[in-house]
Amino acid sequence: MADQAMFSDLAMEYMPALYTAALRMTRNPADAEDLVQETYLKAYRAFASFELGTNLKAWLYRILTNTYINTYRAKKRRPEIADVEDVEDLYLYRHLSGDQSPALGRSAEDEALDRFTDTDVKEAIESLPDTFRMAVLLADVEGFSYKEIAEITDVPIGTVMSRIHRGRKALQKALVDRGSTRGLVGAGDKAN
Amino acid sequence: MGEQGQGQSPGAPSDGGAPAHGGSELAGFVGCDETIERLYSYLDGELTEQRRLEITRHLDLCGPCVGAYGFEAELRRVIANRCKDHVPDALVKRVADALTAEGSHQAN
Repeated sequence: MADQAMFSDLAMEYMPALYTAALRMTRNPADAEDLVQETYLKAYRAFASFELGTNLKAWLYRILTNTYINTYRAKKRRPEIADVEDVEDLYLYRHLSGDQSPALGRSAEDEALDRFTDTDVKEAIESLPDTFRMAVLLADVEGFSYKEIAEITDVPIGTVMSRIHRGRKALQKALVDRGSTRGLVGAGDKAN
Repeated sequence: MGEQGQGQSPGAPSDGGAPAHGGSELAGFVGCDETIERLYSYLDGELTEQRRLEITRHLDLCGPCVGAYGFEAELRRVIANRCKDHVPDALVKRVADALTAEGSHQAN
């Protein structure tokens, strides 16, 4: 059993990660700050039920995710479209390698990735529907395992895997769309 | 680490369980389609040891697939690195104050 007096020492170090996730989920700083504060208060009150030695970061993310779903998502009038379109494998890779020989193109594609700014990536993630956005955030930004994400989001591991894989492809599509607008991705590519 | 490769995903068109080539000597060799289909699970370290080795063996021999693998791995790094936000000092203080207030509230 965990003692509340230890809570700050153990939990505060996760604030940057939680704040980043909160920003991507709420898409605005004021709501993100409220969400983080609410998460810490709930976690503090429930800390007696936290089993010391288990994954505190995942436990905090579970509270953050539930709070977001119950509070912030419920506030929206219009429900989000709950699905993403099917996008083929290697969508971004094929678009970035459009004009080049595959054998020579590898480092050029990695270089092309560098032209995407922080804002490009953040807004592309924020454009995804909730469930896919959370799956991609937890897997790719936070590095949680499928099993941890299943526990955080309370869905079966097969569903987690599907959401991560489809969410990543949708993210690639969003990056290609942004990249086309900004001229980072060639229009005459071979991917379509 | 669990077995994630048995067609649990509704998004996966096929589970690709059977090797593309028959015969015991070639069993365990996987082709490009299956490699690309399992690339995410491979990158995530979510395949069984057996399947991981099969994919590694394919990547050792296949230039186009290893190119795709390198790109997807780099993309993961780019996404993680581009998604950092500075926590406002005011938020750190706000949360610390809220926890202190909550602690003294509970003590009374």
